[in-house]
Amino acid sequence: MDLYEYQGRELFARHGVPVLGGGVATTSQEARALAEQLGGRVVVKAQVKTGGRGKAGGVKLADDVDEAEKHARAILGMDIKGHTVKKVMLTTTADIAEEYYFSFLLDRANRTFLAIASTEGGMDIEEVAATTPEKVVRVPIDATTGVDHAKARQIVEQAGFPADVADQVTDVVVKLWETFTAEDATLVEVNPLVKTPEGAVLALDAKVTLDDNADFRHPDHAEFADISAQDPLERAAKERDLNYVKLDGQVGIIGNGAGLVMSTLDVVAYAGEEFGGVRPANFLDIGGGASATVMANGLEIVLSDPAVRSVFVNVFGGITACDEVAKGIVQALRLLEERGEQVTKPLVVRLDGNNAAEGRRILDEAAHPLVERVDTMDGAARRAAELAARGV
Amino acid sequence: MAIFLNENSKVIVQGMTGSEGSKHTRRMLAAGTRIVGGTNPRKAGQQVDFDGTKVPVFATVAEAMAETGADTTVVFVPPRFAKDAVIEAIDAEIGLAVVITEGIPVHDTVSFWAHATAKGNRTRIVGPNCPGVASPGKSNAGIIPADITGPGPIGLVSKSGTLTYQLMYELRDIGFSTAVGIGGDPVIGTTHIDCLAAFQEDPETKAIVMIGEIGGDAEERAAEFIRDHVTKPVVAYIAGFTAPVGKTMGHAGAIISGSSGTAEAKKQALEAVGVRVGKTPSETARLMREVISSL
Repeated sequence: MDLYEYQGRELFARHGVPVLGGGVATTSQEARALAEQLGGRVVVKAQVKTGGRGKAGGVKLADDVDEAEKHARAILGMDIKGHTVKKVMLTTTADIAEEYYFSFLLDRANRTFLAIASTEGGMDIEEVAATTPEKVVRVPIDATTGVDHAKARQIVEQAGFPADVADQVTDVVVKLWETFTAEDATLVEVNPLVKTPEGAVLALDAKVTLDDNADFRHPDHAEFADISAQDPLERAAKERDLNYVKLDGQVGIIGNGAGLVMSTLDVVAYAGEEFGGVRPANFLDIGGGASATVMANGLEIVLSDPAVRSVFVNVFGGITACDEVAKGIVQALRLLEERGEQVTKPLVVRLDGNNAAEGRRILDEAAHPLVERVDTMDGAARRAAELAARGV
Repeated sequence: MAIFLNENSKVIVQGMTGSEGSKHTRRMLAAGTRIVGGTNPRKAGQQVDFDGTKVPVFATVAEAMAETGADTTVVFVPPRFAKDAVIEAIDAEIGLAVVITEGIPVHDTVSFWAHATAKGNRTRIVGPNCPGVASPGKSNAGIIPADITGPGPIGLVSKSGTLTYQLMYELRDIGFSTAVGIGGDPVIGTTHIDCLAAFQEDPETKAIVMIGEIGGDAEERAAEFIRDHVTKPVVAYIAGFTAPVGKTMGHAGAIISGSSGTAEAKKQALEAVGVRVGKTPSETARLMREVISSL
């Protein structure tokens, strides 16, 4: 989960990383009250999970509470690269003498963590790395020893931080590592980390990504989930414990196993090229078990998407036998009818693998008027695309 | 031959007495795997009866190894205890640890990997979040269905479980030396490259299927390895061409971050070194058929 800047700032503050005073507001009135508390002169920053806020006019300096309210009103509701601004963060201001960059992140390729540091902060670090690679240091971190004061000092020296801030930056690095490990983050990034003319070191930005797999030991992370910004179908799916991602096409997809479902999306998109460019409407992995209830829940979500014009159920019976899956589909359709759901969109079902013949027989016997059986993945994808192109 | 796992492998199950562990221990036994024990400190000294086969429960991996000569462990322990389970296996210096558990925090995986490295990598770790290792007709360590296909000349390495089954099924008349599901997490033990190297050395393996998906750059690095070290024919399949940027697609590791980790980049890297990449799983199977018939 990527956090908003204000949430990242909150985590930084919790772990003693120096940040500016501030808070978050969802209305211009709230922003005004907050600006008042913060002393009037504030920075108003749009809270969106994308870059380029400054260029889009989403970051403004206000000299007094009136201006803070005015800026908040202008920024709230603004569209930044397809993200609607629903919250603004207000902070006190700091003058900047120097800008640095620092991050800890997961290094997948080397199966370890990495510290990236630069004395050239404030801009895109990838750009700095491309133009002046000598200004960016990357230091692998051994997970068994972590980052203590000595290791932090070594990183700071390697990155060439000026002597007058070295002690403070070292302290910040230790606290950022604490944030990274204690919160199960896969990224903590500060850009810029600044030195003020008075010589204080402050984190002026906070970018944090948390590992969802670690949620079980961080019940407090639940508050970071931004339910209002979620797609309503994704939210409904999550409530039913389904692994669902909304996409922009017309063919609803249900399958078992993440890899097979990803593959199904691709195969449907290729097939759709022949039929006016219809595309997959979603990713939905119902997993290994695929009971009738799970299948019914999945179908309910997919069928409730108004963009969906046909559904492709693609199941490979590995551990689960296909006859069980077929029974699941038949029961799911019955369950949906019992729940009062009108199933009006055609379903193309492909069953292969363990007990496929029996599974196919069960579907044929049920002879549901909207269910069509196609035995190959490519053929079924083609048929689902064709039905979606035809509409209902 | 086969890689990593064969008819002589003696397998224990960590988490054997749990629901997933016991279900799959029964399946592994039915597949002919030599299951010699399980571990659970609270049930040590007991035996579990799997359809007439009595499997002893030991307190620790080290004790199970000492008593049975086990060289392989399959880990079904739930996420919150998985790190300790894997570290126990590493400390016991067992040869192969297959970690099936899905949902392990990545800090825990990085941590047990660092521990394994510090201990000199005496334990090969497969997974986590993987379906395991199957050498058809010889042994099966994990949850790959054993009845899809029999032994044969194809070696398979894949990030995805169901795509592994799908390809094994499409090529079931030809058969497989070993199929290795390396797992869909961002950090995994055994990589595509480790499997390619082992298949290259395995006399039974004549051709290799490699299945990848969006996220990370493991496939790109595998392409470089193939160029420099693999002389056996390789065909590949990559899933996730239609996946949007920044969304996790089922597997924790399957995410395109910015411009990195796209399916297109992986496909291009593989094709640049002469690997044929199928557009769909079925086309990939057809390409493998062509390779096998030309051998």
